[in-house]
Amino acid sequence: MLLNLTVQNIIALHIPWWKNLYDFSELTKSIDTGLHNVMSPLLTVVVEMLIIGVLILLFYALIGLFLVYAERKVCAFMQNRLGPNRVGPFGIFQTIADLIKLLLVELVPIKNADKFLFNLAPFIVIIASFMAIAAIPFAKGLHAIDLNIGVFYVIAVSAMGVIGVLLAGWSSNNKYSLIGAMRSGAQIVSYELSVGLSLITVVILAGSMQLSEIVQAQATGWFIFKGHIPAFIAFVIFLIASTAETNRGPFDLAEAESELTAGYHTEYSGIKFAFFFLAEYMNMFIVASIAATVFLGGWMPFHVGNWDTFNHVMDFIPPFIWYIGKTFFVVFLMMWFKWTFPRLRIDQLLTLEWKYLLPLNLINVLVMSFIVLMGWHF
Amino acid sequence: MEETVKEIIDENQEYVINMGPQHPSTHGVLRLVVSLKGEMVRNVEPHIGYVHRGIEKMCESITYPQIIHLTDRMDYLSAHINNEAVCLNVEKALEIEIPKRVKVIRTIMSELTRIQSHQLFWATFGMDLGGLTCFFYGLRDREKVLDIWEETCGGRMLVNYNCPGGLMYDIHPNFQKRVKEFIKYFRKTLPEYDQLLTGNVIFHERTKGIGRLSLENAVSYGVTGPNGRASGFSCDVRKHEPYSAYDRVSFSEVLFTEGDTFHRYLARMEEMRESMNILEQLIDNIPEGSFAVKMKPVIKLPEGEYFQRVETARGELGVYIISDGNKNPYRIKFRSPNFANLSALNLMAKGFKIADLVAIGGSLDLVIPDIDR
Repeated sequence: MLLNLTVQNIIALHIPWWKNLYDFSELTKSIDTGLHNVMSPLLTVVVEMLIIGVLILLFYALIGLFLVYAERKVCAFMQNRLGPNRVGPFGIFQTIADLIKLLLVELVPIKNADKFLFNLAPFIVIIASFMAIAAIPFAKGLHAIDLNIGVFYVIAVSAMGVIGVLLAGWSSNNKYSLIGAMRSGAQIVSYELSVGLSLITVVILAGSMQLSEIVQAQATGWFIFKGHIPAFIAFVIFLIASTAETNRGPFDLAEAESELTAGYHTEYSGIKFAFFFLAEYMNMFIVASIAATVFLGGWMPFHVGNWDTFNHVMDFIPPFIWYIGKTFFVVFLMMWFKWTFPRLRIDQLLTLEWKYLLPLNLINVLVMSFIVLMGWHF
Repeated sequence: MEETVKEIIDENQEYVINMGPQHPSTHGVLRLVVSLKGEMVRNVEPHIGYVHRGIEKMCESITYPQIIHLTDRMDYLSAHINNEAVCLNVEKALEIEIPKRVKVIRTIMSELTRIQSHQLFWATFGMDLGGLTCFFYGLRDREKVLDIWEETCGGRMLVNYNCPGGLMYDIHPNFQKRVKEFIKYFRKTLPEYDQLLTGNVIFHERTKGIGRLSLENAVSYGVTGPNGRASGFSCDVRKHEPYSAYDRVSFSEVLFTEGDTFHRYLARMEEMRESMNILEQLIDNIPEGSFAVKMKPVIKLPEGEYFQRVETARGELGVYIISDGNKNPYRIKFRSPNFANLSALNLMAKGFKIADLVAIGGSLDLVIPDIDR
């Protein structure tokens, strides 16, 4: 019945067929009406939430597994190695094998640890990254929730992860963990500012905080091109700050294995460790997808001025592919400099933020406001 | 041990952490009891002895040719040079004239040892600073040296190529060709090291001005090798007291005056270049002749005291033998460079951060079995 409705709806609309070839809003709308027809409104909401929850969970797990594999392959490529190549073709099942191993590993109980907080911490970290995914538009009409303050929501939710990190460090009763957690706290709180300000630069340009509208505004050109130099500076700052926010190299001070063995998750084992591990990769994916959405046009295809044929061809590539492609491009950038640069020291890290990135960012916001005010952008 | 740590906390209200004996950046089983104030290092107390095997005591009950194979296990990255030190000492005591061929081959092998040791230093130093990729590039090139050794000596790391009076066997016919190939290859890949690490802004920030060791302190603590030379302490035994074929080659002693982590690193990078110069001078000029002098089956040193020092990749190694005329020494003492280098760690790391302590420790290029023996 649902499928029937979808087809009817698509046929009913008399617009060029390629325009809405990949529009998911019709599909979701028809599912919604279909559900409303058979059950009460409250039950509909519950069922829809369940479906979305399960879908996102699946997506989350798949992307997490893939990212771990991708990181290993990219890192191996950088380091003259082959990377995983034994389990399955090209080693693609290696991460699944590792996951099974992590699930089966004993959860080592820690003496004198604060049991409640110790067990709570990985969940906070993973829930923070899980919540952020909800607001991201994967394709036209394909998001869990289209908040009108999407950018704000994403910043706010992703900042919650630091609580989990701090709790983990505090409750482990391990000195290395505590140092790692304190570093992480200082780092994330500082870099949160730069992330926010660089996103605000684009919000000024887009005139909206709704992620779907930000993407829609980029139909005529991605913001990184549209916004002249300030947008590009904002992109670079966002890339640096978000790498720091996700605790990845060269800003991985919180887990700096040559200094603090493994930092805040030293004492975790088994599935709890897997949660931290997965959350790290998912946070990377989330910041990459925000970078892709806000600066690189999200699911919008790449268009060049008057090249109509070229633009048509680009239109035929599904938006989801565009979105994933851009996101993985940013993910690759982040992996690239993780495997190239040595790690910063904590004071240098904070100096970089407070003395260089923050003033630059503030000036950048001013310049961007001026450009938008004068209408100098494309 | 727990009690002492507790006392330290109570007395100074400091945050005491145990770095090691199992820790990724101590390069072995070294234990550093670090007192912290926040991130700042207040005091570093090295605890050693986790790999003490009593090599010096064991040497008193075994013969001289056997001792050589124990010295491998001190500084395993300078295994060949350690062997050479004992051989030179025994030969000096017996007053044997060593063929020129042996001297040249020993020098070539020593310089290859130095190069592979510094390559591993570069690899691990990069890793200590968080640049994990360095490790693989360093090991990639080190593998070439190990392959050359494998062909000639059979061993890859602990080559056991020396024996009193010369070498175990002659060089492999491919040896010269492969060393030349290696020099050509490494001249190309050494700039890659600079591109990846030496020129990096973060690397400069992390190492410049960190862990400064003055010339006075370097001399009084006996810090030798590239560490001492980075502080301006001219301590190259190859230059001051040439042994083997070092009097026949021209090379410059790498000297800096800054004495910080960056220059300790730079000293090693320069030494690799100097080592290649030495190799280039010698590799085509290996004299013909026998590869060993015929020795008596049982080697007995005449009564007396003998001392020989050599320049390993980490500094000055002294071998001091007291003989009572028997086939085994009455007492043997190794002056290991790493023990002296480690002693200056507290001095250098005080007042810096934990991350700097790791960087300084990495730049000292410690090999723990050499400290404990």
